[in-house]
Amino acid sequence: MTERTNSGAVARYRMMRRIRTFEERVGELFLKGESAGSMLHLSIGEEGVVGLTDLMRAGDTFTTHHRGHGVFLGRGADPARMMAEIAGKETGYCRGKGGSMHIADRALGHLGANAIVGGGIPHVVGAGITARNRRQDHVSVAFFGDGAMSQGILYESMNMAALWHLPVLFCCINNQYGMGTRVDRSAGRVAFAERARAFGLAGETVDGADVESVYQAAHTLMASARSGQPGFLEISAFRFFGHARMDKSPYRTPEEEAEGRLRDPVARARATLDAEDQVSPADLDRIDAEAATEMDAALASAIAAPAPGMQTMFEDVYAPGTPAPFAQADRLRAILYEAAP
Amino acid sequence: MTQTTYREALRQALIDGMQADSDIILLGEEVGLYGGAYGVTKGLIDMFGAHRVMDAPISEPAIIGAAIGAAMTGLRPVAELMYVDFIGMAMDQLANQAAKSRYMFGGQIGVPMVLRTQGGTGRSAAAQHSQSLEAWMLHVPGLRLVMPASVSDAYHLLRQALEQPDPVVFIEHKGLYTLKGDITAEPEAPWGAPLVRRAGDDLTIVTWSRMVHEALAAAAALADVGITAEVIDLRCLNPLDDAMIFASVARTGRAMIVTEAVVTGSVASDIAARIGERCFDWLEEPVLRIGGEDIPIPVSPALERGSIPSAGLIADAARWLVRREAPQWA
Repeated sequence: MTERTNSGAVARYRMMRRIRTFEERVGELFLKGESAGSMLHLSIGEEGVVGLTDLMRAGDTFTTHHRGHGVFLGRGADPARMMAEIAGKETGYCRGKGGSMHIADRALGHLGANAIVGGGIPHVVGAGITARNRRQDHVSVAFFGDGAMSQGILYESMNMAALWHLPVLFCCINNQYGMGTRVDRSAGRVAFAERARAFGLAGETVDGADVESVYQAAHTLMASARSGQPGFLEISAFRFFGHARMDKSPYRTPEEEAEGRLRDPVARARATLDAEDQVSPADLDRIDAEAATEMDAALASAIAAPAPGMQTMFEDVYAPGTPAPFAQADRLRAILYEAAP
Repeated sequence: MTQTTYREALRQALIDGMQADSDIILLGEEVGLYGGAYGVTKGLIDMFGAHRVMDAPISEPAIIGAAIGAAMTGLRPVAELMYVDFIGMAMDQLANQAAKSRYMFGGQIGVPMVLRTQGGTGRSAAAQHSQSLEAWMLHVPGLRLVMPASVSDAYHLLRQALEQPDPVVFIEHKGLYTLKGDITAEPEAPWGAPLVRRAGDDLTIVTWSRMVHEALAAAAALADVGITAEVIDLRCLNPLDDAMIFASVARTGRAMIVTEAVVTGSVASDIAARIGERCFDWLEEPVLRIGGEDIPIPVSPALERGSIPSAGLIADAARWLVRREAPQWA
């Protein structure tokens, strides 16, 4: 057990509140018609992941799935640049090329969100090879959902991490649903950490509604990963809303949703701080209000930000200074007007 | 100038590259103790150690995926895919991850890796070990694609691939590993530039990889009957500076693209379309595509040979194109 400090718990509460509020503003962005599309996957209910992101250090790297806003904020993302990216704007993290599902920031160690289920998982194996070969003290963490537990590449990656003793952690945020399919309809045996242990990884399951439990479990696993014993952490959570913005969750009952939403990591952390740590409700209200102000500003700045210039379409397909794609207009112009080659 | 083999030239390029750049690692099935299925990495694990020459489990998606992650974080991995036919296992990592990361992430994260693999017929390896799948790669923006035909290109294009900022698919030909030749002191042509392997005035033959040698044999036979064929080796399919092709076709007025791949949906089809677009006014005859039959590769040596272009077929087609001399089989 690592010591739990009051200030650490408050910081984690603040981060979870920021994530919750950010995701609510993403929903508003969509309702205002300002988001780039409707492929917006909110991490509301999964904020307990902050118990892990809080333990990652500068130099650590990570990849996420399509539902990775919370993880990225947990690693220090600027919500204004995130919101701008989700709106497809020039000022976004990826200059409006990636959006919600492909957000990244090399400076913060984010090697990319991924819209292919399991697609980013093997990249942390490679990051682990880099850390090993360069004798760097860095851990690389793959964040993915329960849906990726059915992807073969996860098992290939876990095997390689165990085989080569890489500083890698696999983090499954099990929100109980892969799109509309509950885990007990996609797995013959829902005991994900057991699978990891079978590969030789340190595997744990923890209640994601209790961020401090996540913090304790992640502390042990991150420390062992840093010393070359890769691990697997299943954070059990509940996806409060539909798969994406257009999903009204017809595949589950209102009763199930109501019960699931009782597993609210933000509310629970607030209640715990109030009861055990003597943080006053006024102080907690102030944290909430600051998050609201910050995310309101992020939303407004994203809406006001400029769209990317049309010429940027051809940039970044290949590295600067190397042959770029031949634009269609140039090709047609050449056919029509450039006579003898 | 050193007389060597295509296989040894590739091996030497890896050795020289790895000695020059300590960030280069090799990752693949049987690249270490076994020395590579075709012997290209023989002895490298002893020279560079198991942390730089990594024998991987039979996990093609994660091999390429791990190479991507290593490239994103500062290494320069060479992933080996034992046969290009196996790319179906790993196409997501190649096409959705390696190729698109730089773009999706707004230019922040490049993937400077090389995927070494080999393809083609010639060993009766049958339908799942003999294909020419370069069209699959060329159809994905973000990937560079190289297919060396000569010993010197095997060396220099691999050295150049190891310096590219973007993912390079490097497809060797299993029928060329024993080819002998010289490694020239300097590359025969710049990265991305085609090379005229034989000059001629009557028709332009555009080809790459092993078919370069069939085309050259055809050109030699055609010379005996007074037809001079210009043979252009593309070498790099992406990037590809196609101006040389257009200049040649504008001069000869006749063009043929020769590929070992099945014709339908092939790179040859794309080159033919480009010639049609850019050289329309200079063409005396239709642009011909000579390729593999639209069938899976059969194991029978006779059927395998018969399913892909030969020097004889190329020469026959050239005589029809230049002189309207119908071949016997037509």
